[in-house]
Amino acid sequence: MNLRTLVAVWAGKGVVTATRLAGRGGTTLPGTVARKLSPDVLQQLSAQPSQGVIAVTGTNGKTTTSKMLSSMFEAAGWSVTHNRAGANLVSGLTTAFLQSASWWGKVQGRVGLLEIDEATMPQACREIRPKAAVVTNFFRDQLDRYGELEHTVNFVGKGLANLAPGAQTAVNADDPNCAALGRRGGVTPLFYGLEVPHTGTKEMNQTADAKHCTVCGTFYDYEVYYYAHLGKYRCPNCGNERPKPEVYVDRIWDVDARGSSLHVVTPQGEFEARLQIPGLYNVYNALGAVAGALAMGVPLEAIKKGLESTTSGFGRMELIKMRERDVFMALVKNPVGFNSVIQTVMQAGARKNILIAINDLYADGTDVSWLWDVDFEALAAHADEINFVICSGLRAEDMAVRLKYAGMPLNKLTVEKDLDAALEQGLKFIHSGELLYIMPTYTAMLQMREIIQKKGFAKKFWEV
Amino acid sequence: MERPRIHIGWLYPEYMNLYGDRGNIIVLEQRSRWHGLDPVVTQVTLGQHADFRQFDLVMMGGGQDREQGLIAEDFLKVKGSSLGEAIHDGLAVLAVCGGYQMLGKYFKTYKGEVLHFTGILDLWTEGSNDRLIGNVVIESDLFGETRTLVGFENHSGKTYLGKGLKPLGKVIKGYGNNGQDKMEGVLFKNCIGTYLHGSILPKNPHLADWLIQKALDRRYGGQVKIAELNDELELKAHQAIIRRFGQ
Repeated sequence: MNLRTLVAVWAGKGVVTATRLAGRGGTTLPGTVARKLSPDVLQQLSAQPSQGVIAVTGTNGKTTTSKMLSSMFEAAGWSVTHNRAGANLVSGLTTAFLQSASWWGKVQGRVGLLEIDEATMPQACREIRPKAAVVTNFFRDQLDRYGELEHTVNFVGKGLANLAPGAQTAVNADDPNCAALGRRGGVTPLFYGLEVPHTGTKEMNQTADAKHCTVCGTFYDYEVYYYAHLGKYRCPNCGNERPKPEVYVDRIWDVDARGSSLHVVTPQGEFEARLQIPGLYNVYNALGAVAGALAMGVPLEAIKKGLESTTSGFGRMELIKMRERDVFMALVKNPVGFNSVIQTVMQAGARKNILIAINDLYADGTDVSWLWDVDFEALAAHADEINFVICSGLRAEDMAVRLKYAGMPLNKLTVEKDLDAALEQGLKFIHSGELLYIMPTYTAMLQMREIIQKKGFAKKFWEV
Repeated sequence: MERPRIHIGWLYPEYMNLYGDRGNIIVLEQRSRWHGLDPVVTQVTLGQHADFRQFDLVMMGGGQDREQGLIAEDFLKVKGSSLGEAIHDGLAVLAVCGGYQMLGKYFKTYKGEVLHFTGILDLWTEGSNDRLIGNVVIESDLFGETRTLVGFENHSGKTYLGKGLKPLGKVIKGYGNNGQDKMEGVLFKNCIGTYLHGSILPKNPHLADWLIQKALDRRYGGQVKIAELNDELELKAHQAIIRRFGQ
């Protein structure tokens, strides 16, 4: 390592320490500083892990899939360098390596695990040269940043063209856009998917995104839909169809609010595992993690062990106890995710107290028109079970207007842009023993956590 | 008394709903109800023949490039001429982004390929390698007085209006049609083309009501007039954008 890089490491680590002392979880600033001093610092640091680096990308499930992979690596006895807090732009990736490097620039992790933003894939892969990648799925998400879904797919494709020689890519066969990437020249795919036709449906829901053949543009025929546009599809015109997966789940049982049991088949053998995270979309995350771990050479026993020990991801859904009230916080960032949160909340029995916090900063997506693709009509249809909805964040008014048009009675709607005041209002309105549901976008979630910490109620998020 | 019907056509809903354009339909339908009308929404999709004179109001959203290619041919062969006649006859239309571009003569991609449309209006679009993205505030004289319209734009096509065509408004903040001439959108009779989504109608209730009133005037010959609604929340959202981005 040359002196320049070393100085960059020192500067970066200095910022890491300083932001920790200041009580903030500096997840990007150290990387930004170090990269200014030495542009190849990420390249130098990421080349060190002896087992290589795996990149996890795609619209939904990056964080949960990474969490599962992390548990699998740990079960294999590999120490992990991981951008845990979801800081998935180049500055955040660099910070992750700085945090795990010694003051002499030696990276402690035997394996690098990086959750990477789709638009960051080309640059990140050029610098890092991952040994494997996982592409989870493509949904419409934060389109203002990427342009359009196709651009997003192409960004990831450019990244995959820059993996290390001999690298393998775990690809979701059930997503037509992912499958098309797996078939591009230069990509060695390991397809994964579901083989449980009885659990799917014949009908597509409103938010399905990839409806037309990636080759000729004709509407796909779906034998079955599992989740939004993920399923078993075939083009009636040109015959382009879902690739047969090598890693798949063919049985799911004991499905409840805490998780499900799976029978997983891989080229290395089969196993049964109890997944401790609920929802069919988490079965997809599990499959992505299994395929990714296989591509990294993790033994099957460690994969099973890691899968079973993973619990729900940071900030996705968490329960915090405050003043004898339970606060349930679930990140919302796109229509599909928001719809799942609404479904989960509406399934709960008691009366609902809701705080929705919408920000429009870069990490949230600056365009909030996606709110009009969320099925708030499903929420408004149960308005009689709802005590109140407080709309907060930089786009509080947009959210309130959306709910008004969804049919939510105006006397249940409050606009309070300030997150702290909104939280206090929410806690004041609910009765002891009741639950407050908070649904924030990404930066609103970070702010909300900070507010909750300051009041002395939650762990600092980078310790989770 | 029977509630006056307003027949809303939603063109290519499954292809052209990129930036929450569905929000415009939700708003038109709800506001029509609140105005005491009886809204009927009909989806018109690929391959379907439609006589656009039967509609009172038509909405077309934006699509992804690939999807737009798919429908361009359908528009040219199946729907374009009927829609064009209806627009010249005074049909109220809201065409956003890709839908706006299709009202014109052609879209010339950055690589030089030309996608021909029916040329209902004398405007054309040229692709570029950068995208015009961000919040937009414009001033429009549509309402008998100058009023602001707010929204969000995201387009790589740059649109130019032929002589004799008026823009929807003047850009105060953002790029507008092409980032050069400070014009945004187009206004021809009761047809509006614009790059503003967000969706556009929820935060611009005056525009929604303008479209509804024009639709009613054409159908009922001025016999049905809508009153003002309580738009406190909508205007608060409108003002929030102007305060943050419009200065």
